[in-house]
Amino acid sequence: MNEHHLQLDNIRISLEGRQLLVLDAEIRGGEVLTVMGPSGVGKSSLLAYLAGFLAPAFEATGLVRLDGVQLNDLPAEQRHVGLLFQDALLFPHLSVGGNLRFALPAATFDKAARVEQALASIGLEGFAMRDPETLSGGQRSRVALQRLLLSEPRAVLLDEPFSRLDTHLRREVREFVFAGLKVAGLPAIMVTHDAEDAEAAGGRVIQL
Amino acid sequence: MAHAKARPSNLAIRLAPSLVLFVLVAPVVLGLVLTLLPAFGYLPVLGGEQLTLAYFAQLFAIPGLAHSVTVSLMAGLLTPLCALSLVLLFLAGAAGTRLELWMRRLVAPLLAIPHAAAAFGLAFLIAPSGLFMRLISPELNGLISPPDVLVVNDYWGLTMSLGLIIKEIPFLLLMALAALPQIQPEKRVAIARSLGYRPCRAWLMTVVPALYPLIRLPVYAVIAFASATVDVSLILGPNLPYTLSVMVLQWFNDPDLSYRFVAAAGALLQLGVTLVALLLWRLIEELGAWLGRRWISRGERRTGEASLRITGQVGVGLAVLISVGGVFALLINSFAGFWRFPDNLPGAWTTQAWSRALGEIGLPLANTLLIALVSTVLAIVMVIAVLESEQRAGKRLSPSMLLLYLPLLVPQIAFLFGLIVATEFLRWAPDIKLVIFAHLIFVLPYTFLTLAEAYRRLDPRWSQLAATLGASPWCIFWRVRLPLLLAPCLTAAAIAIAVSVSQYLATQLIGAGRVPSLTTEAVALASGGSRGIVAVWALLQALIPMLGFALALFLPRLLWRNRRGMRGLN
Repeated sequence: MNEHHLQLDNIRISLEGRQLLVLDAEIRGGEVLTVMGPSGVGKSSLLAYLAGFLAPAFEATGLVRLDGVQLNDLPAEQRHVGLLFQDALLFPHLSVGGNLRFALPAATFDKAARVEQALASIGLEGFAMRDPETLSGGQRSRVALQRLLLSEPRAVLLDEPFSRLDTHLRREVREFVFAGLKVAGLPAIMVTHDAEDAEAAGGRVIQL
Repeated sequence: MAHAKARPSNLAIRLAPSLVLFVLVAPVVLGLVLTLLPAFGYLPVLGGEQLTLAYFAQLFAIPGLAHSVTVSLMAGLLTPLCALSLVLLFLAGAAGTRLELWMRRLVAPLLAIPHAAAAFGLAFLIAPSGLFMRLISPELNGLISPPDVLVVNDYWGLTMSLGLIIKEIPFLLLMALAALPQIQPEKRVAIARSLGYRPCRAWLMTVVPALYPLIRLPVYAVIAFASATVDVSLILGPNLPYTLSVMVLQWFNDPDLSYRFVAAAGALLQLGVTLVALLLWRLIEELGAWLGRRWISRGERRTGEASLRITGQVGVGLAVLISVGGVFALLINSFAGFWRFPDNLPGAWTTQAWSRALGEIGLPLANTLLIALVSTVLAIVMVIAVLESEQRAGKRLSPSMLLLYLPLLVPQIAFLFGLIVATEFLRWAPDIKLVIFAHLIFVLPYTFLTLAEAYRRLDPRWSQLAATLGASPWCIFWRVRLPLLLAPCLTAAAIAIAVSVSQYLATQLIGAGRVPSLTTEAVALASGGSRGIVAVWALLQALIPMLGFALALFLPRLLWRNRRGMRGLN
């Protein structure tokens, strides 16, 4: 797998003339950059800007480059930037398999086999037809990560991804998420309040 | 997304709000202008070529006009006053209880009963020889023949107002229930209760001030409807003299075409009456707010709790009972043969009325279904296009979109009249296409009213997530947003169908009587139809919206029977 590489050049985000944050960073494949700071400093706006859906009320400048391609003018669906939220957010109207299938690029050959293979890799063989509501919290997180990876992202954004999980689950989910990102060689930016998250990520930490 | 490619479909979505607004507002404005001109004597087709006030003079010389205006105004204020107070008191007393849950389920079927059917039901229930009088005679009052009092068609239109109140209670309930989640009533009440206020009071003091602005528009729609209703007035309203709106309709239909000018003047007067009702309501709002502030600042925490709660529950309970009782009365009457007065039930049963009505039902039924389905599909597509364009732009629609509700705030007769002038001028023969368009003008705002909240409240993370997984805006729409919003869309469609089916004036006037529907036929029977036949038509009229709501309720359950996460998303 070739290494991906995310570059943030002089990113500035402001709201109604008030500057929220300034950021310069370079993230290599498999590395997690952690951004910490109190509420309201624009951590979520940063992720929204990078993913491509910053609300029009914000003004943002600066260059975002992923594998050398400038992202700024691309719509969200063409950026190849994946996103993990606080909740697993499995689509409630689709089956577990349907959720994974949704992420596969349209031209994928033999989608069903890819879905089964992805489920097998997280120990959920035969779960394709299941209602996502019937999964446990840990299973849901695993499916969400697999869904993200199947969409073939080139970088990943994590928006307080573990904050809704209870303590023992948090450790487990943290481990397999970071391991999964590392194996896939994906650069990641994580926004969090939790110092343990930052420590487990093992990368640089930026305090805003 | 500002980057959407210039595909025609994307362009259509971007232009949807302006387009829909035009389709809706243009006919209303055009209709009003073309009512205004003939009112002042200008209608060259009929030889009116110069402006004159003569027709207003003729209008104001009509005996009983002042009384007609008064009754219209009274109905326009009594209806919202009673319906809104009862709805608020009911919600205040029932918040968080099983009663509220029950009411949530009852709202849709109650709303489904068209105005005309509900009005007939009420008449069959409370007329001197109606079901209610039969139940208490002669045991309680010794009567063996119907008392000689004018209950239905009373001089002051009180029965008409009652009929309107009963119909508007479920509408305002639905609107209030839909708006409530935005203002977190539980938290407000919890805080007030922790300060020692009893629950019903706490709700009235902390939730109502935030809720009212959210349901103001539906309340105004109730005022406009009640002050200018034609079908309910024809069935329950006074006839010596008629209410203003009915008189306008009669002048309009007068074989002497010169009465068209008087009708136009009357339609304009109706517009004025509705405006005055709305202005008076603004005063009532101010007065209510002032009284409410005094009431709150007195800090009284406990007194009157039970009476507040009981008033709301009895009032709304009675409204529900009368609605259901009315349908029951229609059912009995539709099968009644010979029925001696104080007997509670008919002496003989017959299916004669049904077989007679079923023999004539073909065309009106087909028309009603076609009009309702086409106007509903058009309305849903247009409303979704507007809301989708809002989603993609990422910011709220411009305030000018409030004009979307214009058709609900202007008395129907005031601009339908002008629309007829327009179609006659263009030599468009009245046909079902025009009727469908006229229905769309009323169906669309109600559809928007019911769907907008659900569409906007959908968690934006679903579409963001889908976009990061590589889904295009159209893919997100078809595969994420629409399925997640299926239940609200179906509910909106059911309401649209109910609105279309219950349209009387738009069908009668625009169709020039040549597009008979279940509603126009039922209302036409109001004067002089046999009870059995009237009952059958009214029941048939109520049946279609009922089916619509049943489908809207059960289809998502069937479709999502294996998707537990879809159950809360209505």
